[in-house]
Order: sequence, then structure tokens, then C-alpha cells
Amino acid sequence: MRKYSVFAVAREAMRGHRGWEAQWTSPEPRKEYDVIIIGAGGHGLGTAYYLAKEHGITNIAVLEKGWLGGGNTGRNTTIIRSNYLYDESAGIYDHALKLWDDLSQDLNYNVMYSARGVMMLSHNIHDQQVFKRHIHANRLNGIDNEWLTPEQAKEFCPPLDISRTARYPINGAALQRRGGTARHDAVAWGYARAAADRGVHIIQNCEVTGLRRHANGAIAGVETNRGYIGAKKVGVVAAGHTSVLMEMADVRMPLVSYPLQALVSEPVKPIFPCVVMSNTVHAYISQSDKGELVIGAGTDQYSSYSQTGGLQIITHTLDAICELFPIFRRMKMMRSWGGIVDVTPDRSPILAKTPVPGLYVNCGWGTGGFKATPGSANVFAHTIANDAPHRINAPFTLERFRTGRLIDEAAAAAVAH
Amino acid sequence: MLLIYCPYCEEERSELEFRQAGDAHIARPTNMTEMTDEEFEAFFFLRDNVKGLTYERWRHLNGCGRFFNAARDTVSDKFVTTYKAGLPKPDISTLRPATEATVETYEATESNAK
Repeated sequence: MRKYSVFAVAREAMRGHRGWEAQWTSPEPRKEYDVIIIGAGGHGLGTAYYLAKEHGITNIAVLEKGWLGGGNTGRNTTIIRSNYLYDESAGIYDHALKLWDDLSQDLNYNVMYSARGVMMLSHNIHDQQVFKRHIHANRLNGIDNEWLTPEQAKEFCPPLDISRTARYPINGAALQRRGGTARHDAVAWGYARAAADRGVHIIQNCEVTGLRRHANGAIAGVETNRGYIGAKKVGVVAAGHTSVLMEMADVRMPLVSYPLQALVSEPVKPIFPCVVMSNTVHAYISQSDKGELVIGAGTDQYSSYSQTGGLQIITHTLDAICELFPIFRRMKMMRSWGGIVDVTPDRSPILAKTPVPGLYVNCGWGTGGFKATPGSANVFAHTIANDAPHRINAPFTLERFRTGRLIDEAAAAAVAH
Repeated sequence: MLLIYCPYCEEERSELEFRQAGDAHIARPTNMTEMTDEEFEAFFFLRDNVKGLTYERWRHLNGCGRFFNAARDTVSDKFVTTYKAGLPKPDISTLRPATEATVETYEATESNAK
């Protein structure tokens, strides 16, 4: 792999950009791999990358039903933060945030991580109490989070309407300065390029149709639309379709899949300096480097695999955005889309071994998986390589729904689910 | 926006009046104190999360307020049929798929008028 650098850009500029090579290859699948990862999104590609980089396993295939990064990795609102309430969540999300810091250098790929600050608006006394509890809990876990007065919030984000007559009055905000955004596609592409460079096979348009098992129950390989591929270990990283895949191994999951929608406006000059979220009025917003306002909401009301969602959900979100930021009332919205998110009963992910030997699952990220991409991939690779969880993902088992040791972030996550 | 037929009101109303209320035909155990952890997990937490035809409970929240059951395709979001709570799973194969001709939607009646 030829390294990307300012010199490479200069060299290619001199010779008409004819020397750039493909970022990853599309090899024919081998008959058998040490590890197969199902799902070439950020989490899946990242898992393959860390398996190759940190655990010396390079005989890996990442299988993708559609195109690389075309699922929720390409459909989210790119927000990164780690201000979760419970110790377990703080552990995994802050592990991710630390990896975001130098991910571009690590991958030699500009993922455009921008720590521009994530501000959560408080509209009433209950929000205020919850956020202050979060702030104190975060600080005990060494995670930055601070309380802002309405005036300080306005100073941090000038377009915000903090007037007393506002439809949704603001009585303060919680700010995580290390939070921000990253370029979602670049995360998938960067991991794909870096993994392929270490010998990982990325096989797109390869849909898994069955999971084959040995007589003793252990995983033997996967049936695909491109034939059978053997595997010693299989990691399912399939977001909304996890239940469908796990059913092929007779494992019922504590998951329900919902559409989660997002939309972007026409591109405009830089106007919005940070990320703002409001869980009380169901809206979050940031501005991409292209200039589009990126806007998201809560999930749709009913479970579905439709990858679209109801129009009333996004109009409700835009109502809230227009009230919070009156300057955006005349903005035109350009595109909207839906991704299918897999939601667990306690709103915390599952990164764990399964009852099937050799089968591992990374799912249940619900509405907030993008921010965790590097951390999730990192500890999931550890889990697969060692057949045992990393200290950080040890609490995120599948068995917790039997033992009752839930990580109940439902009330703690920033946007209402 | 979907139109959903409420079997109690006996009319189609906008989906805004309804709320999904989880899987249908789950029998609530009467011996919950004697159940094993595995049985409780299967009843309370594990879900089929079907991609395709699913049977689920809906509530006409901003209407009659009653719970009923529906058979719905989770890929197209199309309601195959709705039926009153307590009734057994309908045999879908005998039902004609809902079309504009069989469901009295605004679009269907409009196009007929033309």
C-alpha cells in the first residue's frame, strides 16, 4: 500500500493523478478462513483491522451483502461522544473516543475527526437534574462534561434561541468538548484500506444465507450466494439484521429492529460550530464539512426492516429544529434516509461470545453505534482472537438478560429511544 | 403514511392514531415465581424480530384505545390483516393480499373516481 501524505498528493498532482492505486482489492473468496466477519460496516471492518494489527490473524474475510459501508455506517449522523452514565458504558465509549483521537494517523486515512464539542440542551428541571447527574458520574470516570448556563450555551453555539419566549425554553446545557463528528464513509474506507493492506479479504455483494455447524455444534462456515466458505470463527456484525443471521444458528436474540431516520439540508457556508442535541424535543444537528446541516431524530414508532421510515417522524424533528434555531426556518432539506437499528431491552450493546462455539456477536448498538466504532471493533477483535472478552466488553454479554445484570442506559442515553 | 384498519372502530385511520405494542400471541405465564431464569428470559427478553410476515399487537391509542392484533410485513410495512385481540392467528394463505381494490384508501377511491 502506498502511503498517503502531502508528498504523495504533490507527486500525483505533478503527473495528472494517474498513480493512485485502488484502496482495497476485491479478491475471490478462499475455501476457508480463520475468521469470517459478516458485515462490512465500520465495526466489522475495524474488527478485521484490529485482528490483523493487534492479534496477528490475517486469514480473514469480511463478507458484505451490499456495498462496503452502505448500511448504518453510511446512514448515521456521525456524532461522537462518550458521556454515558454507567461505568460499563463510559468504559467502552471512552475507549472509542481515545482511539478516535489518532485514528487518522493510525489508519493513514483522514477520517476527519473533529472534536468540536457536543452540547445537550436542557429544557426543564428534570433535564437539568439528569444532566448534572451525568456530569458528576462522567467526571468520576475521568470523562469531560460540564454544565453551561443558557448564556454560555448561546456563546458556544450562536444560532441557538435562548429567549424566554421560545417554544422550547433552554435552562442550561451539558457540554462534552471532546465530542464531535467524523466523516462516516471515511471510517469504513480507512478501515477497509488498512485491513486489506494487512491481507484481509473484503468481499462485497456476498450475502450470507446460512451458518453451517459441526456435529458438536461449533461453527463450521457460512453459506453464501457465492458458495460455501469454511471458517474457524465467525463474527456477526450485522446491525439491524443480526436477529436474521443469528436465527440461522438457532440463537434467539433480545433485539428489535427499528428504522432510524436522518436528513441533510442544502449545503451552506459554515454557520454551525458544534453538535447540538435535545432529547426532550427529539432532535440533533451538526454541520458537515461539505456545509450540509445533518439532522437526526429518535427511532420510528414501530419495528421494521424497510430502511425508510415515516415522514411524520422527520417533520416532527424539523419542527423542533426550527424552534431551536429560527435562522434555519427557510433552509431546504435535500435528502432523507433510514437505517435499521437493532435495539436491546436495556439499550446497551452486546459484544460477546454466543452459545455456539466459534460464533461471536457484536450488535445492539441501537441508535448510537457510530461513535463507538473504533472501541467496539478493538475489543471485539480481542474477544474473537482470545475466545474471551476484553475487560472493557466483559459486561456486555448475551447472558445478562438471563442473569439480570442489565446495563440500563435507556434513561441515560442522550436521545430518547 | 399508513392507513390502519381498527377492527373495533371498523374503519381505517391514520397510523398517527396507533401505537405498536410488541409481539402478539405471547402468553403471559401464570406461574412466574416458579419459572427458571431461562424461561423468563425467553418470555420477557428474547424476540423473533422477524424480517417478513409478523404478528404483533397494536393499540388504537388516539381512537378507541383498545388493543388488537395485526399481521404485517416488516419489509414493506404492509398490513396484511388486523383482527381482534384474543382471536387465534389467521390463516394468511386464505386471505387475499390487501390491494387498493380491497382496501378503501383515499388513493384507491380517488383513482376509481377518475
